[in-house]
Amino acid sequence: MADLSINFAGIKAPNPFWLASGPPTNSGYQVMKAFDAGWGGAIWKTMGIPIINVSSRYGAVNYRDTRMAGFSNIELISDRPLKDNLNEFEEVKKHFPNHALIASLMVQSRKEWHQIVTDVQNAGADGLELNFGCPHGMCERGMGSAVGQEPEVLQTVTSWVMEAAKIPVIVKLTPNISDITEPAQAARRGGANAISLINTIQSLIGVDIDHFVTFPVVGTQSTHGGYCGPAVKPIALNMVKNCAKHPGVQLPISGIGGIENWRDAVEFILVGASSLQVCTSVMHYGFGIIRELKSGLECYMDEKGFKTIDEMVGKALPNITAWEHLNLEYKIVASISDEKCIGCQLCYIACEDGAHQAIELSADIQNRTPKINEGNCVGCNLCSLVCPVEGCITMIRKDDGSKTVTWHERTEAQNIPTTFDDTLAGGLAHHVPHPTEALKRRK
Amino acid sequence: MEKINFLLSMAEFNIPKTEEGFCRNFGQIKPLMNTTEAFYESSRCLFCYDAPCVKACPASIDIPLFIRQIHTNNIFGAAKTIYESNYLGNACGKVCPTEVLCEGVCVFKKQKIKSLEIGRLQTFATTTAIVHNKKLFAVSENKRAKVAVIGAGPAGIACACELRLHGYLVDIYEEKAQPSGLLIHGVAPYKIENLEITTEINYLQSIFGFTVHYNWPIKTKTDLQKLEKTYSAIFLGIGLGNTRSLNIRGEDLKNCIGATEFIEHLKLNRLTTGVGKKVVVLGGGNTAMDAASDAARMGAEAVILAYRGNKAEMKAYHFEYELAKNVGVKAIFNAIPLAITGNGQVSGVKFQKTQTQNGKLQPVAGSEFSIDCDMVIKATGQKKQSDFLKLIDNLKLDDLGRIVTQAENGQTTNPKYFAGGDARNGGTEVVNAAAEGKLAAKGIVDFLKEM
Ligand SMILES: Cc1cc2nc3c(=O)[nH]c(=O)nc-3n(C[C@H](O)[C@H](O)[C@H](O)COP(=O)(O)OP(=O)(O)OC[C@H]3O[C@@H](n4cnc5c(N)ncnc54)[C@H](O)[C@@H]3O)c2cc1C
Ligand SMILES: Cc1cc2nc3c(=O)[nH]c(=O)nc-3n(C[C@H](O)[C@H](O)[C@H](O)COP(=O)(O)O)c2cc1C
Ligand code: SF4
Repeated sequence: MADLSINFAGIKAPNPFWLASGPPTNSGYQVMKAFDAGWGGAIWKTMGIPIINVSSRYGAVNYRDTRMAGFSNIELISDRPLKDNLNEFEEVKKHFPNHALIASLMVQSRKEWHQIVTDVQNAGADGLELNFGCPHGMCERGMGSAVGQEPEVLQTVTSWVMEAAKIPVIVKLTPNISDITEPAQAARRGGANAISLINTIQSLIGVDIDHFVTFPVVGTQSTHGGYCGPAVKPIALNMVKNCAKHPGVQLPISGIGGIENWRDAVEFILVGASSLQVCTSVMHYGFGIIRELKSGLECYMDEKGFKTIDEMVGKALPNITAWEHLNLEYKIVASISDEKCIGCQLCYIACEDGAHQAIELSADIQNRTPKINEGNCVGCNLCSLVCPVEGCITMIRKDDGSKTVTWHERTEAQNIPTTFDDTLAGGLAHHVPHPTEALKRRK
Repeated sequence: MEKINFLLSMAEFNIPKTEEGFCRNFGQIKPLMNTTEAFYESSRCLFCYDAPCVKACPASIDIPLFIRQIHTNNIFGAAKTIYESNYLGNACGKVCPTEVLCEGVCVFKKQKIKSLEIGRLQTFATTTAIVHNKKLFAVSENKRAKVAVIGAGPAGIACACELRLHGYLVDIYEEKAQPSGLLIHGVAPYKIENLEITTEINYLQSIFGFTVHYNWPIKTKTDLQKLEKTYSAIFLGIGLGNTRSLNIRGEDLKNCIGATEFIEHLKLNRLTTGVGKKVVVLGGGNTAMDAASDAARMGAEAVILAYRGNKAEMKAYHFEYELAKNVGVKAIFNAIPLAITGNGQVSGVKFQKTQTQNGKLQPVAGSEFSIDCDMVIKATGQKKQSDFLKLIDNLKLDDLGRIVTQAENGQTTNPKYFAGGDARNGGTEVVNAAAEGKLAAKGIVDFLKEM
């Protein structure tokens, strides 16, 4: 049986699934309930300075019948008294000594940082997470993403924390920056023991087209919020990968952003995360999703023969490279299963109007199964992505695998196209219909 | 006396002459889902908190969890979730009356949206595990104590699995030549194929390794004493007995048969089960609906279902009645059989009309009538196995002949004996039997630990 327990930068937990700092970790009641349900750790809702929240705080992207495919909030850090938070923190730690209980912090001056670090350490925290990520409300006061977007400042503040810290320190990064490895390296320089990412992405979740204001609406007005939930996962994965591969970072990474099921979790681990944090999907379904997360991860590990999480971390990284190192000789084409096709012809129109006119309809209108014109197919995957039937369109390898040539190698060998009609150019041999053919297709 | 004639209509179904023809007539009402269907269907589940479907499931399967597992392509995980609560998860997905259980309470129904097809998703996940012969459980190291299980029906099989999980050796004694009790011998062929049933049981046996002694009835006091000596505990999963007698004239005529006997013959012999041209089925329960449907699908030209009370009083589930009506069965209500007529062979049934007065069914004087037919199927309930059960010392039965047990562990009034399934609950569904068998096994484990 797979062992889910982890040691993340010195913080031990029975499993890698932690609650991200946010509404689900607002109180001891919630955190205790979550641990009881099976969560391995929690980052307490960010504690710091007194704040006031507004009413109407969240908005969502509903994609078709899927609620909350994306989620946005304009909430600030904890508005509860620090004393209450610390008392409850201690209480939870007493009941669950082996779970990871981490304090998320956000204050301003060196003195304040020293004070709050000491306070939460006394309350029994296993680790600290520095919230340099909040993209609204706090940055205007020189905190949150205002720190996370300035590597120098981030490094300085981190080093202040390290002066008082006796427990591992995680720096939580904001994605609202063009190169995530910059603040990640600054965190390392500042002495941090680990990083976590991503915090929320600056966004407008949608517009109320009847009242000319964006969501969520406070009275008659609104403001930008922080985007998260399933929709942000691809952005988060890329940023985690960038940090994991960067030689100047080399810190354990806690992966955050859109984790909802075990597959998401495995994906984060494979690109370099060694612990995982979840916020939005718990806000959607409650702590109970841990049942699916743990069982799925365990099944996967058993199936693949992984004994520990560590064995999996970063397994995909060696296979992620720069575009110029991809094999230009690798060639796949689409193939449609006659048996499985239900005749929706979505693949046809996707390729016809949105790609390379490589799918043809039968002359017999009774036969709705399209055919691939292999000569025109560039192997882009589009048809297989739009196909609504599992396993109906597959991509078949056509080259024999004997040759590998990359753009990089061709550049070195000075074997690259230099003009548009160069025979070395990729699109030259490619068939396109004559423009006037378009008018003959009128329905 | 009035005589009611039913026009002999051309039958919708031809008499099946080949295995293919049989399968056509008995097409599966819950066919196996394909991966695409499972993907879309599972995507609809809301993952309700404290979900009503789980509460409605007699085995309390964590339904939202297994559906989510299907959706995230953790199919083996889904199968495990199901089997952890119900060892007959595959069969139950097909035979459970889901309309009145899990699917009946799906919150979507409140918005007039089709409920999730929970049963079919359940069978999809478990079939995947069975096809891949996935070992979802590891049994504990063998313990010394041995347990005997009487009856290889759903209750007995579930009990055996759970006991093996805890490492106890289990011998099942089964009167018949095949396992699964009424699953193979009773449940309608359009709900599940016999091969599907045996495949699941073989799969369970390969994981859990219990032993079944077939053609080995436990009948006498001596048989029982032998078991008591060899085994530390005994589970009674013997189900119910044959069809109850109506105590009217003509029941011994040729072509007058009990429903369970008719169905058993049909299930085991399929093509060689004879059915009359015009069949009268007596009764208003689910077994009556099954027998009537089966007779119609075997090519009877007319099938008349006669029930003594009115439609509202009929015990059968609404959807079971609909299934029967859909294959051409015609129901008559408020008709009580007085005698089965015929000379050596059935030629008709004499009835009297009834009406409900002060909550009681009363015959209406002078309202006799008769219906011609050449076959009568009595679906008037199954007898209890009281004579056999009385051989066990201190075993208490209730007024209805059901074995009295403790609710929390299935232990009978004779501490060495535990019970579950139809023999305990008086006759419900496969899922209840499976849940009770498992519950009793847990009771046995505790009992043996104390010893
Ligand atoms: C016609 C019919 C249709 C049904 N349809 C459905 C349906 O669609 N869905 C559903 O969920 N339920 C259905 N049921 C009910 C369901 O089949 C039963 O509730 C379930 O099988 C009970 O399981 P059990 O293990 O308690 O008993 P059984 O299934 O009756 O099994 C008892 C076993 O014990 C054996 N046995 C009995 N006495 C002895 C003895 N002395 N020694 C050795 N072996 C013995 C029997 O041979 C049998 O194999 C139906 C029942 C009938 C009669
Ligand atoms: C309502 C809400 C409040 C949040 N509050 C905090 C916070 O106080 N501190 C913090 O570090 N992150 C906070 N976050 C960000 C989350 O911890 C997390 O980084 C982000 O939501 C991405 O993860 P997800 O897609 O699983 O939600 C908040 C997120 C939400 C939705
Ligand atoms: S979830 Fe609904 S009820 Fe709860 S605080 Fe928010 S608005 Fe109020």
